Amino acid sequence: MNERKPVGQQKPMETAASRQKNHAKPAKLGREVQARLGQQLRAMYDEGVSQGVPDRFADLLTRMDGNGNKDKH
Amino acid sequence: MAIDESVRKAVLGAVPSLRAFAISLCGNVDRADDLVQETLVRALANIDSFQPGTNMSAWLFTILRNHFRSEYRKRRREVEDSEGHYAETLKTQPEQHGQVEFREFREALAHLPADQREALILVGASGFSYEEAAHICGCAVGTIKSRVNRARTRLAELLSIDSADEFGPDEQTRSVLAGGRE
Repeated sequence: MNERKPVGQQKPMETAASRQKNHAKPAKLGREVQARLGQQLRAMYDEGVSQGVPDRFADLLTRMDGNGNKDKH
Repeated sequence: MAIDESVRKAVLGAVPSLRAFAISLCGNVDRADDLVQETLVRALANIDSFQPGTNMSAWLFTILRNHFRSEYRKRRREVEDSEGHYAETLKTQPEQHGQVEFREFREALAHLPADQREALILVGASGFSYEEAAHICGCAVGTIKSRVNRARTRLAELLSIDSADEFGPDEQTRSVLAGGRE
């Protein structure tokens, strides 16, 4: 889960022609573009991850656990 | 139900990433938290169907993803939704929990078709392999690859990233990237 896939390494270098806009089919992105996108995506995502576990979810698990244990206590 | 301590740990351990996935999918923290809550309730109600020793995260992501997609379809029927509408609602939301920084990126992400968005997030941010992402989305590995590629291409267009010149000041990273491979 915590491993990061190297996002920028999967395409060969783009050519000038493949960079042209309004292409009919998706051009292959250069690795730098991919790296940049990957970086932004992960930064956005990691900001969410860094918020940790909000209390409501720990409480939820405790509540659900408690419901089932009632007859045991 | 009594929750096994190891299950409790594994579930809680998966929550931060599960939540980041939900936020990235729907672009709304409150709705994402509801999604995570519903996912946890469903998961624990069906914990018997989880095979010990398999990936708890992937299992939870699958439940959340399926729940999100069925909800998305429902909403879509209700309001004749489209990616455009979703993007609009994103724009009118008040800023939430430090999202300002990634606003432009989130908006671009919101413009992607849902299947491309989820594929890109799973592979590019959650750290799942193509195989795991395919399993989570219930499709072929090749389909995930193609969705990820299309998502990247579209994002680059939306964000006008089409050459190294637009990368801003991070020269060092760029030169490392340019010189580091092949």
